[in-house]
Amino acid sequence: MEGLVKAAVLALTAVGLSLVFGVMRVVNVAHGAFFMLGAVLAWTVAQYVPGDPMFGWFAALLIAPAIVAAIAATADTFVLKRLNYDPEATIVATIGLLYILEQAALSLFGPDAKPVPAPFNIRLQLPWFGYSGYKIFVVFAAVAVLLAVWWFMTRTRAGLVMRATQVDRQTARAFGINVDRVYAGVFALGAGLAAIAAVLLVPISQAHYLMGGDPLLLSFIVVIIGGLGSLRGTLVAALIIGLSDGVISMFWSPTLAKIIATAAVAMVLVFRPQGLFGARA
Amino acid sequence: MAAVILSAKALVRSFGGLRAVDGVDLDLLSGEIHALIGPNGAGKTTFVSLLSGRIAPDQGQITLAGEDITRLPAHLRVRKGIAYTFQITSIYPRLSVFDNVALAAQARGAGNLKAEVHAALLRVGMAELSNQEAATLSYGHQRLLEVAMGLALNPRVLILDEPTQGLASGEIAGFVALVRSLVPQTTVLLIEHNMDVVMDLAQRITVLNHGKVLAQGSPTEIRSNRAVQAAYLGVDHAET
Amino acid sequence: MKIWILHIAVLLALVLAQLVLPPYHANNLSRILVLAVFAMGYNISFGYAGLLSLGHALLFAAGMYGAGMLVHHAGMPALPALIAGGLAGGAMAGLVGLLALRTAGVSFMIVTLMFAQVGFLSILYFNGVTGGDEGIALTGPQRQILGLDMTQDTPRFWVALILFAIALLVKLALVQSRFGRLMLAMRENEERSRMLGLNPFGIKLKILVISGVFSGVAGAAYALLFGYLGGSFASVQYSILPMLYVLLGGAGTVLGPLLGAGLMFYLVDFTSGLTSAYLMVVGAALVVLVLFAPKGILGTLRERWLPWLP
Repeated sequence: MEGLVKAAVLALTAVGLSLVFGVMRVVNVAHGAFFMLGAVLAWTVAQYVPGDPMFGWFAALLIAPAIVAAIAATADTFVLKRLNYDPEATIVATIGLLYILEQAALSLFGPDAKPVPAPFNIRLQLPWFGYSGYKIFVVFAAVAVLLAVWWFMTRTRAGLVMRATQVDRQTARAFGINVDRVYAGVFALGAGLAAIAAVLLVPISQAHYLMGGDPLLLSFIVVIIGGLGSLRGTLVAALIIGLSDGVISMFWSPTLAKIIATAAVAMVLVFRPQGLFGARA
Repeated sequence: MAAVILSAKALVRSFGGLRAVDGVDLDLLSGEIHALIGPNGAGKTTFVSLLSGRIAPDQGQITLAGEDITRLPAHLRVRKGIAYTFQITSIYPRLSVFDNVALAAQARGAGNLKAEVHAALLRVGMAELSNQEAATLSYGHQRLLEVAMGLALNPRVLILDEPTQGLASGEIAGFVALVRSLVPQTTVLLIEHNMDVVMDLAQRITVLNHGKVLAQGSPTEIRSNRAVQAAYLGVDHAET
Repeated sequence: MKIWILHIAVLLALVLAQLVLPPYHANNLSRILVLAVFAMGYNISFGYAGLLSLGHALLFAAGMYGAGMLVHHAGMPALPALIAGGLAGGAMAGLVGLLALRTAGVSFMIVTLMFAQVGFLSILYFNGVTGGDEGIALTGPQRQILGLDMTQDTPRFWVALILFAIALLVKLALVQSRFGRLMLAMRENEERSRMLGLNPFGIKLKILVISGVFSGVAGAAYALLFGYLGGSFASVQYSILPMLYVLLGGAGTVLGPLLGAGLMFYLVDFTSGLTSAYLMVVGAALVVLVLFAPKGILGTLRERWLPWLP
């Protein structure tokens, strides 16, 4: 169950990163910061909503991703667009953005980890062992969101426009697609997915201003192994990494596991840039 | 008859299902100007990319003065004396004209850079532009700079990929004289669309069509070749 | 000629600065000079050759730990350890380059970032040897360079300045040499270079190794001059800082790294008096630079008024 929860949250986060890279060719180093922001905002929202934790959490699920998406769209319009999406300049800019967001979170929310209560506390009791109802819910919610993203990308006009822009920006422009708006939308969607993942996760872990590091690293690993820009590869890789993460840390210390995983992924990028599941041989 | 300097035997290269170069044989004779012509998409640029090593052939063999260079990486072929000038101007835009040519000269280990660069620039008539930034040159001068870089390599074989494309007619006359002055020290393989230039310069012409050699011979022979006429007319008028 | 005069003048001005500045600032200047050597190393690969690495902290740390471990565990004197640090930086750069240079652009950035992360985590993991997060403090007797005591402000400044001067003049000679032209060729047009008979992989590997030696010497000097080595010097932040210095001062200019390191150091110094969130300043500086002044201060000066500036 732990592995599945991890895989589900990771898949959401990584799909956001993959979407941004796939459509915009932007490597968003601030993606982890958007994740963190989602969690911290969830805590803030939960503070202000009285009554049952369920109301606070559901309010957070709606509000936090929306705010994060708005911040992302703003960053896109005022920074990335003006850099003409030059790959190297945008990486530098998103590093700057990462620092700004992390420090803003530190200044506004303080250095302590903030707990957010789970919306419900049901235990699913099976004869041999019990499951936390919330964790099961997280897995189903993540799958539902991923299905919605898939439906959005393949079945709606907006998704079609995004995919068209991904294939060829110039031609898309020639066909009257407002590429700037598409890019702002994709960047917001990617950040929003990270924020949703964070809101789902935050009742299990906690909100902290430095919590973005691990999701960023893992998302990178997933996106690279799955093949840069390939959504299907990203999903498969998220499942494998999320499930195997627990297994790996049983044998090795978390630090050693990270060392091995990071080095292995760097090697994938060097020797198989299309990813382990990439279509191109 | 002059010795063969560069030779291609049964070269094949496919992209996906398309055989862009489909079993081409070609012998360049030392000191000649050899033109490679053919309709668009005939495989000319692919073929010279195989010669220069920018892409690897699927099958076939390339020899330079009898030595097999089929597997040699591009930069080592250049060192052995095969220079290539790009169809789409490829220079160092933010470096001076001097530095552009100096890079070519120093790449082959020239001793006196200043003198060698000056000599190469003099040949293309750009000596006085030596300090100008390459990006600010006119298009014609950028094409000539590209040729000067090729000359500074002191090549045995110079491959010119559509060198006159985009040049004004006045510039073309000067260019023709320049290329003629290179032989017989250098062997020139010229890809060219401008038939006046081809007929004027080339001693021998090879016509490619659909990745195969359609005809080969002197300018007069090529001009009167039925198949060549058909290929060109076919491209101009066919509806497919 | 004018170029050499300018750079000698800058060095003389630094000598003068030590004599007139109050100790606090003179001390800061020592740090800035060592960081500037690091940034010069970064500039060689990024500014001149266009290799945007996000992993130079690994090279800095290789020098820092290469020297620090030899001093701390093997009792090596500081000067040979400094040289060993430079060699460690160069060797690490060579190793990383052999792998990372098979990629380019964005992939190169991510791969170098990941290698640096592996290095950082390894320092934490092998904390028995490296001191991990806590780090290792070097003692006074371990910090004697040619009889100069690095625990004292003034001799420390002179060593920092001499190191910086050597690095500056070597770099100046390098960028004006034939090899300097090759570096620019890598940045400007790699494919053309290949078709001039140059081997881009080999040239870029050499550039990275030179950059690694600079970074390694800087890391070793930082440990020996200021008496501390710790895992945090291998973190991502120490890959970003030299990039920031170079972007601010001017990528591809000889004096840019010094200017950038100095300005950024004092900007952070100044704002950390106002707020604890000094990383916010770093972040904002990155965004503003990349948006409004991608050529940096000296790069812009060169473009407008001083085309001869190397």
